[in-house]
Amino acid sequence: MNALESLRMAFQGVMSNRLRSLLTMLGITIGVAAVIILVSVGHGSAVAVQQRIEDLGTNILSVTPGGFGGFGGGRAQRGTQSQVTELTMKDVKALQSTASAPDIKSVTPVVNGTSVTITYNGTSYSPSQFLGTTPSYEEARKSPVEAGSFFSDADEAGHVSDVVLGETVVANLFSGQNPIGSSVKINGHAFLVVGVLKPKGTNGFQDQDDIAIAPLTTTQDLLTGVTGGLSQIIVEARSSKAVNDAEAEVDSILTPTHTSNGTTTFRVLNQASLLQTTSATTHTFTVLLAAVAAISLLVGGIGVMNIMLVTVTERTREIGIRKAIGARRVDVLGQFLVEATMLSICGGLLGVAVGLVGSRFKIVGVQPVVEAYSVFLAFGVGVAVGLFFGIYPANRAAALRPIEALRYE
Amino acid sequence: MSDRRWPAVALENVSKSYGAGEVAVHALRGIDLLVESGDYVGIMGASGSGKSTLMNLIGCLDVPTTGRCLLDGLEVSDLSDVELSYLRNHKIGFVFQSFNLIPRTSALRNVELPLIYARVGRVERRERALAALASVGLADRSSHGPQQLSGGQQQRVAIARAIVTDPALILADEPTGNIDSAAQREILQIFDDLNASGRTIVMITHEQDVAAHALRVIHLADGRIVSDERRGPVPPPPPLPLQDAPSLALGTLRLGEATS
Repeated sequence: MNALESLRMAFQGVMSNRLRSLLTMLGITIGVAAVIILVSVGHGSAVAVQQRIEDLGTNILSVTPGGFGGFGGGRAQRGTQSQVTELTMKDVKALQSTASAPDIKSVTPVVNGTSVTITYNGTSYSPSQFLGTTPSYEEARKSPVEAGSFFSDADEAGHVSDVVLGETVVANLFSGQNPIGSSVKINGHAFLVVGVLKPKGTNGFQDQDDIAIAPLTTTQDLLTGVTGGLSQIIVEARSSKAVNDAEAEVDSILTPTHTSNGTTTFRVLNQASLLQTTSATTHTFTVLLAAVAAISLLVGGIGVMNIMLVTVTERTREIGIRKAIGARRVDVLGQFLVEATMLSICGGLLGVAVGLVGSRFKIVGVQPVVEAYSVFLAFGVGVAVGLFFGIYPANRAAALRPIEALRYE
Repeated sequence: MSDRRWPAVALENVSKSYGAGEVAVHALRGIDLLVESGDYVGIMGASGSGKSTLMNLIGCLDVPTTGRCLLDGLEVSDLSDVELSYLRNHKIGFVFQSFNLIPRTSALRNVELPLIYARVGRVERRERALAALASVGLADRSSHGPQQLSGGQQQRVAIARAIVTDPALILADEPTGNIDSAAQREILQIFDDLNASGRTIVMITHEQDVAAHALRVIHLADGRIVSDERRGPVPPPPPLPLQDAPSLALGTLRLGEATS
């Protein structure tokens, strides 16, 4: 029996019970489509997170105190040598010097206020971030105001008690009222709300709108104290291409004054390295989704096996007839295997189509991004699963003794 | 000219039982049977007498519990699965009481099926299948499915399928059991013609007027042969070449090649 005859015979088998064949294919279709869509969603959210990080600016360097020991690693060195481990306004001035740092566009000092509570009309709220900084923050961090205005350099220089609030903070304190021009109490000190930041949403880790920003001088005066160092210096390079040069300049300027026991006591965080960290995280997420989808593919395969078993049982008599007129074991095996393959391939192709169409729609706020490998992998695995689970019923059909098969009613 | 050294079928002390121990059912109890090439044997008996079991053993669909079963001088139990398939395909043609056509498959396709398993090429296959259908008078029904054919027509398609590979032995299990008397006459005429062209026929029936066509009638009861009656001589092998039987020319020509 040649390949063409096998195909023709299998095609007749598939077409002789269309509904059943369709339902079998559906299992594989759903499995393959699920893999493609879920991997696309995973990849899509990874792309979205990276996009948001890139939105922060790929030309941004963040200088924080501490060694290379990871987050907070600098704390161990504090105390005895605090004068060298902390970042100060002196460092900011040094970095702002265009002569020694030609690639740096702006330098923004930031202090983090801890346990800050904002009160308005008896309502209290503690934002997850309270920053004291200079007006250049607005551009460096791409945090423009939506209403009102950012505080000015004059406000900063004059220790004015202005504050700019994120949307989450506004929602928690003002319940629909216009906050601009209102006076709020921050840890007991009166501040004037001058602006509301444009919402940024979540960056995948925290709500970026749960924030309040006040002038650096005022924050140091009233909340953090003048003696404490800066939490962070945001350095904006002239362009994203210049970011590595800028990093080298930051290093060369700060290293002479910030070295303890041969190691530097500050850390420069490049957005590129942040991107790497997040892609590792989102990769794990994608793998998780793919695993879930793989299970549905397996279930689809078991569906094929179930239907093939039913088919074999239902067609036992036919198998008996075929054997009585001279079909060999391999003929019967071949026929059912080709049928299973045909169903798997059709189901797989349909699944690819559904997956590709489904990936065009936004799913729970994520725009899926199809990855080519997932399409081929899902299709390949889908067909393999269908084939694998088709072998057992096909083998059972082929092994039947003709008389047993013929007697079967 | 004709090789008559081997009988077409030889059974030696064949028994067949189903189940084991106390509940065992003995379908056949020590059958000895020789069927000459070219004979037309009718097997009669009440239901449960073992006729169908005997037929299944002769047709290599089943294996005996004890005893030897030889087809064309070949011991069946020695043959592999592939050899048995070859035997069923090339040496034996089956005609069943319930026709056993493949459903939703055209008459032509049903008749082609044994040739497909015999790996016969597409063009030759079609030719031979059409010739076989023509020989049973159904050339104009080749594209009809089993459900579009009457019982008699279905049985004739089944006969065409049985003879398309040109087997020397035709086994028929109550071939006229499910069809009306007019169609029955046509079917029996076909068997007579097949026998006249040199084929060995073993037919199960429980009707006397059907058995009247046979040259030898064997009665079975309780798995034993109770009577064996010769009603006519075994016809001599047909003269070669066979030009006077155009409807079966293809089959007899090949049979002639094999025996010359």
